[in-house]
Amino acid sequence: MLKYVTRRLLYTAILLLIVSFTIFYIFDLIPVDPARLICSKQCTPDLVEANRHRLGLDVSVLEQWWRFIQGLFQGRTYGEGGVEDIYCGAPSFGYSFNRHECVSTIIADVFPTTLSLTIGAFVLWLSVGVSLGVLAARKKGKFADRASNVFVLVGTSLPTFITGILVVLFIVLKFHLVNPLELGDWKNPITDPIGWLRTFFFPCATLALAYAATYTRFTRSNVLEISSEDYIRTARAKGLSEKVILRKHTLRAALAPIVTIAGLDFAGLLGGAIITEGIFGLSGLGKLSLKAVLETYDLPIIVATTLVGSAFVVIMNLIVDVAYAYLDPRVRT
Amino acid sequence: MTKFLEVKNLSVSFPTEDGLVKASNDVSYSVDLGKTLAIVGESGSGKSVSNLAIMGLHNRATTQISGSAFLNLDESPIDVISAPEETVRRLRGKVMSMIFQDPMSALHPYFSVGNQIAEAWSLYNEGSKRDGMKRATEMLDLVGIPSAADRVKDFPHQFSGGMRQRVMIAMALVNNPKLLIADEPTTALDVTVQSQILKLIQEIQKEFNMAVILITHDLGVVAEVADNVCVMYGGKIVETSAIDEIFYRSQHPYTTALLESIPRVDQFGSHRLKAISGQPPSLIGLPKGCSFAPRCQFVSHVSGNRCTTEDPELTEKAKDHFARCFLSTEQIHSLTGRNVKA
Amino acid sequence: MNSENILELRGLQKHFKVGGAFGRGKTLIKAVDGVDFTVGRGETVGLVGESGCGKTTVGRTVMKIYDPTAGSIIFEGEDISKLSRREMKVRRSKMQMIFQDPYASLNPRHTVGTIIEAAFIIHKIEPTGGRVKAIQELLEMVGLNPEHINRFPHEFSGGQRQRIGIARALALKPHLIVADEPVSALDVSIQAQVVNLLDDLQKELGLSYLFVAHDLSVVQHISDRVVVMYLGKVMEIATTIELFANPRHPYTKALLSAVPIPDPIIERKRERIILTGDLPSPANPPTGCVFSTRCWKVQDRCISEAPVPIQISPNHTLACHFPEGTSNS
Repeated sequence: MLKYVTRRLLYTAILLLIVSFTIFYIFDLIPVDPARLICSKQCTPDLVEANRHRLGLDVSVLEQWWRFIQGLFQGRTYGEGGVEDIYCGAPSFGYSFNRHECVSTIIADVFPTTLSLTIGAFVLWLSVGVSLGVLAARKKGKFADRASNVFVLVGTSLPTFITGILVVLFIVLKFHLVNPLELGDWKNPITDPIGWLRTFFFPCATLALAYAATYTRFTRSNVLEISSEDYIRTARAKGLSEKVILRKHTLRAALAPIVTIAGLDFAGLLGGAIITEGIFGLSGLGKLSLKAVLETYDLPIIVATTLVGSAFVVIMNLIVDVAYAYLDPRVRT
Repeated sequence: MTKFLEVKNLSVSFPTEDGLVKASNDVSYSVDLGKTLAIVGESGSGKSVSNLAIMGLHNRATTQISGSAFLNLDESPIDVISAPEETVRRLRGKVMSMIFQDPMSALHPYFSVGNQIAEAWSLYNEGSKRDGMKRATEMLDLVGIPSAADRVKDFPHQFSGGMRQRVMIAMALVNNPKLLIADEPTTALDVTVQSQILKLIQEIQKEFNMAVILITHDLGVVAEVADNVCVMYGGKIVETSAIDEIFYRSQHPYTTALLESIPRVDQFGSHRLKAISGQPPSLIGLPKGCSFAPRCQFVSHVSGNRCTTEDPELTEKAKDHFARCFLSTEQIHSLTGRNVKA
Repeated sequence: MNSENILELRGLQKHFKVGGAFGRGKTLIKAVDGVDFTVGRGETVGLVGESGCGKTTVGRTVMKIYDPTAGSIIFEGEDISKLSRREMKVRRSKMQMIFQDPYASLNPRHTVGTIIEAAFIIHKIEPTGGRVKAIQELLEMVGLNPEHINRFPHEFSGGQRQRIGIARALALKPHLIVADEPVSALDVSIQAQVVNLLDDLQKELGLSYLFVAHDLSVVQHISDRVVVMYLGKVMEIATTIELFANPRHPYTKALLSAVPIPDPIIERKRERIILTGDLPSPANPPTGCVFSTRCWKVQDRCISEAPVPIQISPNHTLACHFPEGTSNS
């Protein structure tokens, strides 16, 4: 097991290096020149060149990438040749000349919002989806099963942006469960858990709905399939009670594949977060990167958010694989 | 004299969209401690369902079960068919155990074999997890798994097919049950491994004085281990008696046809096999009359159309030898030539 | 080569590489590791052994479902081991296969007629009298009702489906049929029907069979000669009567003694050779004789030196340093 984890860690580190370089390479290919963008109206080729040097874009992609990697570990000084030198401590994700801030500071600022949203949604959909799925499987063909089927249909057929608008319309504007002025206010979940819930519950629920529906269906079919396995009959033949059979034998096997999918869905949630953040006025990673791309073309922010997003996916992959190996002994080699 | 397990008029049916499947129809048999009863039949003959009913492994909500099956325990006899589900559950694994055909799918892939055996043990015994694993190791040792102490924490996929069946046996026997039901325990195994497993079951049976019900389609296996035999066809017992009676003085055309249709390793020559024509019956809407009549070569020897209009009763043809056939003992023995003095 | 042989295998090997990501940790499984035997015209050769012995791989390699790693497959005087798929197509009409699971090998969405007709279409054959008539004749030949040509596989029982599989194999008038466990999925009372059918067809059409099976009773009944395999190698080859009456290889002897005989009195008197342990992993076979780890007669030489198959009499070949003596029976 330890050997397996070490090996996977090594692969993940290599993968992250490749991913980060690919990101640098792609943005180098895009025919937009940030040095020209930040140049004022009286732009001269010399000025552009000076800007380029200041932004650190006057060296090869490989060199840019290497400096970035070094910055991650050692911190880095930006704005060489400009009016002032700025130092961003490790881990440095770059410097936004647009906002005059270290990118790491900007990300640290918005990250808790995104994390609250994604983790909240994740916990919500997993608990609702799995418990509803188990319930539906146990009461197969009865009322609870049919009711959960309606939930599945509604949940899977409503796109997140529609759900989001409906939630805002009814819950915020019509029933006033949340003060529209407080919508999107960041509250610290430790010092102000109620306030945090008020801000995040509905965005999380919006984001979770479609996933919860899919997970209900998936859990239901998995539990039913496992229930008819021979080893469940063996468990019964041993004299175990139905409760133990469900909790230990059926769920262990039925939920293992759900762990895999849940991990990957969690990583992919950042994409969905962009929409949800927009609807609820939350300033998270999604909003930040959207703004950086559409409004300011703030390359350091774009690179950093892309990298954080992909690192998220890669690391979740690692966690999923290790978790799966822990759950299913057949995978461990 | 009462035997340890006495099954009387046990019927098991499953309602389906196509009609009622009468999987086991008015079945009676008994087995005593230290003895082996073989239940022989082809797929769909109903040889497993009555035993699953004894174990209480059918879903009572979707299965119709009637009749009785008494376990004559020291304290008092219990009818496991009419007893509450919870009572039957507390007998499973303790008084009666079952092992299945495919030892790979019958073991949980996510738990170590020691864990699975210890779990069965701790249901009926006080003790720590460590005691459970210790007991599991003893059991693995008993069923002949080499270096049991090292392997107790291994997972089912790390064992070969034969070893997995040994693990299943260890798990079934961990609480010293009085009855072991073995449902095709060697069908999925190679022949050299089959003889190992059969020998193991026999040894353990002797050691713990267990009653064993062996469900199989293989008459060779029956000849090897059984004391008594029930031959099943179309959900009914067509013949039952002591082993030699069945093999040498069979009183039912199906049994004799089956014995003659199988090739034997000890008989050479390119003789043609005596195949049984036709197909086994469907258990939905069985034909009127004897279920074997459409395939029986002796139908014309029974006067009238009795075989196709009337279902023969299971009657005692000789001492402790029951068969479901209209032919008299003399008739069938002269027709089949099967009346060998042992 | 002997022109009487329809099939001759010389040093046939089939190795599989399994497992291992990024090209590491791959293990080599020597499923078939140097197999020599022949099948004569009109002869039935039984290929027996326990699971993992490589018998199925031999059958599939003969059919060129797998490409052999080494060795040659001489079919009707021609080495087909290195032929391409396209070159094989012509030859394949002369060698056909019957599978174990008749249901899995028949397309459930096609009628029996379509399934058998496919053989004609692929090989662009127009039988005299038309395809429908040819298919109906085939159905009749295997004991099915020719009027059932438009039925689907699920409408047939297991035994009947195996008959459909046989009819399909016969459509192109093959000379050799490789039958891979053709009766082991069938009910006991149905097995005899199919065995008899195979017998009749052989007499009628002069077919040769390579009959791959684990059930020694069936193999004994149907075969003229038997090849016993263990862990990718041939242990013993002999005519059926010779092999069953006078097994010389300890493994053959153990195998035969393990087969239960449906006769209680014989069973009570029989002495079984119970082999200890399990089949070793084919990825890591024992040195010397592959059977040495389970053989009760094992000696130092068995571990250091692998015995080669030697012809000890005209109809008996054996790979053992210390064979069992000839018995009187």
